[in-house]
Amino acid sequence: MSAVLELQDLTVEIPTRRGLVRPVDGVSWAIAPGEILGVVGESGAGKSMTGNAIIGLLDPPARIASGRVLLNGERIDDASPSAMRRIRGKRIGMVFQDPLTSLNPLLPIGDQIAETVQTHLGASQGEARRRAVAALEEVGIPSAAARIGSYPHEFSGGMRQRVVIALALCAEPDLVIADEPTTALDVSVQAQITALLRRLCRERGTAVMLVTHDMGVIAETADRVAVMYAGRLAELGPVREVLGNPHHPYTEGLMGATPAASAGRARLHQIPGAMPRLGALPTGCAFHPRCPRAQERCRAEPGPTLAADGGRAACWFPVGEARAA
Amino acid sequence: MSATLLSVRGLSRVFDVSKPWLNRAIERLPKRMLTAVSDVSFAVAERTTYALVGESGSGKSTIGKMVVGLLRPTEGIVEVAGTDIHGPRAAEVRTDVQMIFQDPYASLNPRWRVGDIVAEPVAAKGGDTAGLAERLLEQVGLAAEDAGKFPHQFSGGQRQRICVARALASGPRLIVCDEPTSALDVSVQAQVLNLMSDLKDELGLTYVFISHDLTVVRHMADRIGVLYLGRLVEEAAPEDLFEAPQHPYTAMLLDAAPKLDGFGREVPPPVGEIPDPIDPPPGCAYNPRCPLAIDRCRRERPPLEAKGAGRVACWRAGETVGVEAT
Repeated sequence: MSAVLELQDLTVEIPTRRGLVRPVDGVSWAIAPGEILGVVGESGAGKSMTGNAIIGLLDPPARIASGRVLLNGERIDDASPSAMRRIRGKRIGMVFQDPLTSLNPLLPIGDQIAETVQTHLGASQGEARRRAVAALEEVGIPSAAARIGSYPHEFSGGMRQRVVIALALCAEPDLVIADEPTTALDVSVQAQITALLRRLCRERGTAVMLVTHDMGVIAETADRVAVMYAGRLAELGPVREVLGNPHHPYTEGLMGATPAASAGRARLHQIPGAMPRLGALPTGCAFHPRCPRAQERCRAEPGPTLAADGGRAACWFPVGEARAA
Repeated sequence: MSATLLSVRGLSRVFDVSKPWLNRAIERLPKRMLTAVSDVSFAVAERTTYALVGESGSGKSTIGKMVVGLLRPTEGIVEVAGTDIHGPRAAEVRTDVQMIFQDPYASLNPRWRVGDIVAEPVAAKGGDTAGLAERLLEQVGLAAEDAGKFPHQFSGGQRQRICVARALASGPRLIVCDEPTSALDVSVQAQVLNLMSDLKDELGLTYVFISHDLTVVRHMADRIGVLYLGRLVEEAAPEDLFEAPQHPYTAMLLDAAPKLDGFGREVPPPVGEIPDPIDPPPGCAYNPRCPLAIDRCRRERPPLEAKGAGRVACWRAGETVGVEAT
């Protein structure tokens, strides 16, 4: 399998006054061309930090302590800042939650896209303009040729996010990291943006890492899903299997806590407690104080580490297996 | 059916969003008026939850603020237990109405101790606050000792519990909740929603629940009002609304909401966006995006009329069920 992005045991460390904390701890996964990997988890699970580690945008003192990041088989976690700058934008496109802060408010959107095309693809000015218009048309901006002179504030939130997606895709990257791309948008616009992401990724074979906390968006958009908890990978697998028949108690809890339109007014399942702070992780499996299935082993040993392709849930007593037994 | 606690009749609110008069004089611009809420009427029975849903700009928060008396309506009446909350006798019902806001980080004073925050609605009226905060904090699942702490010592979910405790302090009958859980993670959201349901049963509360999240609304509401561009377009019980939406906008919202079991679901995404509220389209405000729009929709605005057990404002209300993609 030739993965576009492969994480091997990626660990991010931040030294603090109270010792080292690990916001990302031993995460491994691979994304194939044209595949959408959904990354879910609650705040503090390490989803965004993983994304930032991949694109080399960790804020010091946070740093990659161990593990490797491979882009098309080539190591990029140890690349120099200038090499990373060439990779970002050209080979890895990025879409963030707030489209207003991802765009320069003082430049017309056409110039911003043309600049990216010129920098990364070495196109001439005229050619870059043409490609900017084409990119905006592709993401569904009406009368794109007339609007390349418009500034970001002249667009609505949904249209701005389309511009950001055009910007992320204009240099034809192999991988797009979309960090909560629809969280700030209304449902009707959210449906438009996820459909757009799906179509573009399928047509161009771009791999997508879709970070979100919305289980519904993951279910509809992703091919595979990675569930993160307190910096570690809790469960990884095809979206239908992980969400339809969760093996990790945390995934099961998350699904139960999400109100479903079809479920009516039954009482919601509660996961007791809250995500632990990174400085005060419990021993053993980080989920054990909140886990209904926790046993002695969970308190003593951290859950089994998930390899990029083997194993579904990082749990000693996964839900599915007990059910089968 | 129990007695009506909250009655809202013909509620409208217009905001003046014009530039300053000097700019208008120099640039010869007219005044610009934004109609955030127009002619909204509904009634909420005691001990029930009425949900207002809509996308951004639909006027749901503006209605919430007018219901609690934080904002004066341009037109219309808000009555709580038969007393106009904006009228001369408002003081009699003020303490019957409380509000819970969306952002638990912005709605608690960082320099006050939690105990003072929680007891404030009673202290402000000169009431007896001895032991009140401790009792309320325990009621919402926190510890009595937490009264001496400051808001920054709590997580988002715990802060929202503090907001709930504060809302309960004055012994209200009606609580307006404006997106109470949209800033929270799902597992914490479940805790807060369950707490709110429990308190409703225990204390006989009535909620006006404002949200953009249809699944949360389905879970909480006894009756749902759907807003579009400041107007109620449909009102129904949750079962009816989710199974057979009468208004095409409701059908679109339900269809666009991501489904937990919607693996690889491919539906044509909805077209267009919410129009500019300063210059809304003529006729039915939804007509530019509506798959069923006919000439009449572009000329005349449909009134909100009773249909079955609910109300709907659409000229082609009966036909909408057929277009819903399954």
